[in-house]
Amino acid sequence: MEHLINIFVRSVFIDNMIFAYFLGMCSYLAVSKTVKTSVGLGIAVIFVLGITVPVDYLLENFILKEGALSWLSPQLADVDLSFLSFIMFIAVIASMVQLVEMVVEKFSPALYSSLGIFLPLIAVNCAILGGSLFMQERQYNSILEATSFGLGSGVGWFLAIVGIAAIREKLRYSNIPAPLKGLGITFIITGLMGIAFMSFMGIKL
Amino acid sequence: MSSERESLFSSKNLKLLRDPLGANNPITVQVLGICSALAVTVKLKPSIVMAFSVIAVTAFSNVVISLIRNYIPPRIRIIVQLVVIATLVILVDQILKAFAYDVSKQLSVFVGLIITNCIIMGRLEAFALGNRPWPSFLDGIGNGAGYGMILVIVAFFRELLGSGSIYGYPVLEKLGLYNIGYENNGLMILPPMALITVGIIIWIQRSKNKELLETH
Repeated sequence: MEHLINIFVRSVFIDNMIFAYFLGMCSYLAVSKTVKTSVGLGIAVIFVLGITVPVDYLLENFILKEGALSWLSPQLADVDLSFLSFIMFIAVIASMVQLVEMVVEKFSPALYSSLGIFLPLIAVNCAILGGSLFMQERQYNSILEATSFGLGSGVGWFLAIVGIAAIREKLRYSNIPAPLKGLGITFIITGLMGIAFMSFMGIKL
Repeated sequence: MSSERESLFSSKNLKLLRDPLGANNPITVQVLGICSALAVTVKLKPSIVMAFSVIAVTAFSNVVISLIRNYIPPRIRIIVQLVVIATLVILVDQILKAFAYDVSKQLSVFVGLIITNCIIMGRLEAFALGNRPWPSFLDGIGNGAGYGMILVIVAFFRELLGSGSIYGYPVLEKLGLYNIGYENNGLMILPPMALITVGIIIWIQRSKNKELLETH
């Protein structure tokens, strides 16, 4: 249990998707103008990462990895399909996003209307594919670890986008040099936030 | 660029190549494809490799989509585009693994993340779906190069100030700067400085080109 919490905290603060790996920057910059919309997008990202990372984990371990097909028949034990992982992961993500959208629309229309257009956009958010690829690279031992990593990355992304949106709302009243307005200052502030997040480095439960 | 075949490099086509390098740069102006860009800029070598991979993928996916643009049903075009891009990225990844294994290890997941690089999707949607293959190819090269240019500039400063070398060659040590008390700035190697460097590039570009200023 402690181990799982450790992975979670690590992926929220230390290996933060935005500050350490710059994943999902496109939507992070485009949707962070107000806090309200960024909360919506952040929740959608947590949601989708929490689902796609474990699903891709199963896919990786039972189909793609070298020897992963041996549960089908012993002859397949030395088949290595890992070169297919990009195309499989992106297909899983695209279809999962579609599925999640349909389920949410059916069972929670309120959440659906608040997530609105963000759900379909998420299919091309690098943070989602990045989550699955990091899961593959770090070779987690169980699906629980992978889930905790996925949720943690999502929460980290959520914190980052809500934080920058809050700052950008206040920035509207400040006197910034004209060429830095908008994009430039957002980059620099994100960098400063990243430096602040680096102080979490070395935290271990 | 050679000018033997004038019709292929007419001024309109050359504009496609040139615009993304300056006033219409995909990173600093259109704000696309930052995701996979910054993490590879600690050293020059991986970022040059990354730049060429992205140029190859944008150019060829543009050509492929442009060739089949009249046969793609509009409703499923996103998934068709993703399949084309993913196939090209797998090719690039396998080539890198075969011929430049250590660089491909350094780039780790970021080669795969070219798939979700918004530049590529953006160019397919905005250009390749409505243009013939040759202009699409030039447009792909131009945008890939605009992206690569920012990557190389950022990597140049981060490597020079952070590790005191250029392309692995210890310039500052040869100049003898360490003997007079110069120290490498370790902060430049850390991820946040990539963002700040891009911020400064945007600042410089916008103070030179007033049309790009944002008003709010």
